[in-house]
Amino acid sequence: MHYQPAQKAGSVERLEAKPINAARLGRPLYEKRRKIFPKRAEGRFRRFKWLVMLVTLSIYYLTPWIRWDRSAHAPDQAVLVDLAARRFYFFFIEIWPQEFFFVAGLLVMAGFGLFLVTSAVGRAWCGYACPQTVWVDLFLVVERFIEGDRLARMRLDTGAWTFDKVRKRVAKHAIWLVIGVATGGAWIFYFADAPTLMKSFVALEAAPVAYMTVATLTATTYVFGGLMREQVCTYMCPWPRIQAAMLDENSLVVTYNDWRGERRTRHAKRAAAAGEVVGDCVDCNACVAVCPMGIDIRDGQQLECITCALCIDACDGVMDKLGRQRGLISYATLSDYSANMALATNNGAIPIDPRRVRDGNGVFVQGIRDFDWRIIFRRRVVLYFGVWALVGLGMLYALVSRDRLELNVLHDRNPQYVVESDGSVRNGYVIKLLNMIPEPRRITLSLDGMPSARVRIAGQAPGDGQSFSVAVDPDKVTSFKIFVTLPKESLVEAQSGFSFRAEDPSSKERDVYRTNFIQPGTAK
Amino acid sequence: MADKHKHVDEVSGVETTGHEWDGIRELNNPMPRWWVYTFYATIIWAIGYAIAYPSWPMLTEATKGVLGYSSRAEVTAELSDAKAAQASNAERIASSPIEDIMADPELKQFAISAGASAFKVNCAPCHGSGAAGGKGFPNLNDNDWLWGGNPQEIYQTIAHGIRYDGDEETRVSEMPVFADMLTPDEMRATAAYVLSLTAMPSNPALVEPGKQLFADNCASCHGADAKGSREVGAPNLADAIWLKGEGEQAITDQIRSPKHGVMPGWVNRVGDPVVKDLAIFVHSLGGGE
Repeated sequence: MHYQPAQKAGSVERLEAKPINAARLGRPLYEKRRKIFPKRAEGRFRRFKWLVMLVTLSIYYLTPWIRWDRSAHAPDQAVLVDLAARRFYFFFIEIWPQEFFFVAGLLVMAGFGLFLVTSAVGRAWCGYACPQTVWVDLFLVVERFIEGDRLARMRLDTGAWTFDKVRKRVAKHAIWLVIGVATGGAWIFYFADAPTLMKSFVALEAAPVAYMTVATLTATTYVFGGLMREQVCTYMCPWPRIQAAMLDENSLVVTYNDWRGERRTRHAKRAAAAGEVVGDCVDCNACVAVCPMGIDIRDGQQLECITCALCIDACDGVMDKLGRQRGLISYATLSDYSANMALATNNGAIPIDPRRVRDGNGVFVQGIRDFDWRIIFRRRVVLYFGVWALVGLGMLYALVSRDRLELNVLHDRNPQYVVESDGSVRNGYVIKLLNMIPEPRRITLSLDGMPSARVRIAGQAPGDGQSFSVAVDPDKVTSFKIFVTLPKESLVEAQSGFSFRAEDPSSKERDVYRTNFIQPGTAK
Repeated sequence: MADKHKHVDEVSGVETTGHEWDGIRELNNPMPRWWVYTFYATIIWAIGYAIAYPSWPMLTEATKGVLGYSSRAEVTAELSDAKAAQASNAERIASSPIEDIMADPELKQFAISAGASAFKVNCAPCHGSGAAGGKGFPNLNDNDWLWGGNPQEIYQTIAHGIRYDGDEETRVSEMPVFADMLTPDEMRATAAYVLSLTAMPSNPALVEPGKQLFADNCASCHGADAKGSREVGAPNLADAIWLKGEGEQAITDQIRSPKHGVMPGWVNRVGDPVVKDLAIFVHSLGGGE
């Protein structure tokens, strides 16, 4: 169903729509949920939201299927959280568990990003990008496709359980469930090779956890997106409550500009003819009808408002039809709004008088403040951006400068040393070579600082040298035990410790680990 | 909660609970319906859980629950699963000679792991948890072996023990008591000579007479070069390792009235496969030959 413009030019269809939370209704906070039947909106914000929905859903559903060739030794999935092997792949980046601080950094950035966006443009996250909003939008598309737009849905809802109603309801819920399965299904593909898992999943051969995950996410998607909808935002989500602390008088919020809208009337011409002062609002309730949260923005800024701006679209459409300026409902800051309000009420001395804000030609007077985009670059926004960028730059630096070859050395604790029959002293070490690239390598391990010491790998023939070459598996930790033996007459060399040095002869990557050599009398 | 004191908030028109803190009252809004249903669901769940699983404490034990679940049974099942998972390797160890196990890296690693845990249970009381031994108890990490340090020799030692009454195949050797055969001065001289092989004795003049005494009395077992003999378990006296104590006095004491350690044989206690595990583990400690 499409929005039907009014037949008569200058007249506007009046909708039967009531807000669910109007203060004048004295509603109890808790009761059976009032059903909301959002009407389809059209306009620039709606178009932008379609675009955001397309982009975000595409990212979510398609990302696991992007291939990314690493090498024969690593998975070729661009984004993969390999929990079993404890590796996280993101295009050209591979993260090991000890590098999890990158993920922590991303979360810090996400947090500050949320503060940044909220300070700059208000609850843009809630209105446009939050999965809850996006999926509810998707579910509403299905609902409208099957049951029709607002009025048809309301009729269907109150109507008797005819065959047609049953058919529509079954179809709607079935498609919702399919979307839920697809959502849960897409999620598991981030944790395993997507094509392989798809095949085994369909063949009912995948791991039970895959089916449980899909079932859980199907349930949450269906319940949150189809059944609970706005209640998730109002009751469950902490963000609407936290964001109150993020907003100030210069934050963008969806605002009903009652300084030009009031006194609202449904009979503007008759009222004008009677000499009454009337505003731009024709009380058509279009803003209430399209609201997915079911509120009336004309009651002022509210906890429930997710600033999806659909009421702006609806109202702009009405204003266009009436030949009035757009922006009766608009993104505005509290300071702009208050200034305009002061003008319209002569600083509160009189009720709103729309004549005070327009000149004789219907054009807004000089003093009317419009949104100035420069207000976005105020101090707190710059500060948030600074912190956000700092974390990002720090992580970028950590990323480009991180080691892909790491050496860890564990000195034997029991016994700490062994005296051999010729009086030489032997220490045992467990060497862990972390080859963090998906290619096999040969690494040279050598001793620094004990020229007389000899090193050998446990279980192999005694070596006579200070270094040896060892093959390390791609993308793995290679762990082995070595013995370092120092002749009796050279024990003094060990007094200040020594270093192990691991080096890739071809790339010259190296890592050095300083450790101790323990001998009788120095045991710790 | 008395009805006559029912207080209604003027602003919201909602009844309050009647509690007041510094003029602040609490609205008595009803719970959201879904919340209440969720609460009821948890109650029903709890009842079902109490029926299905062990829950109510009785006099001697808790109710069993209709599912018959018990965490102890779960552990038993996990243990037998683990045993089953190890079965093929364990069987191969039981049926293979020790050289074959050493030649197979996977099987060898399995034996080392099994041996390490068997060592902690059976051997650590004398040899220490790190196998470093102590005075009178050999350090198994070093490369000094009284009876031989290849896996087969270590196996023999562990299996049948040393000077162990309960096993006829046990390794036996006994150093004579020289208190009756040598004078105290001769014993001191012999000790001075033995020490001079690796260190400086207190009285160098004793070394020369001691050398002759050593050749006459000790070389038959310890060898002319004092490097010992594994056939009779005679220790190498020309190295840095002293099982019964270091220094001239300890050597003199050992000549006068030797102490002999006893190690039990293990093959009848833990079985042949575990002795193999232990031999391979001990061999892997770093001194194996």
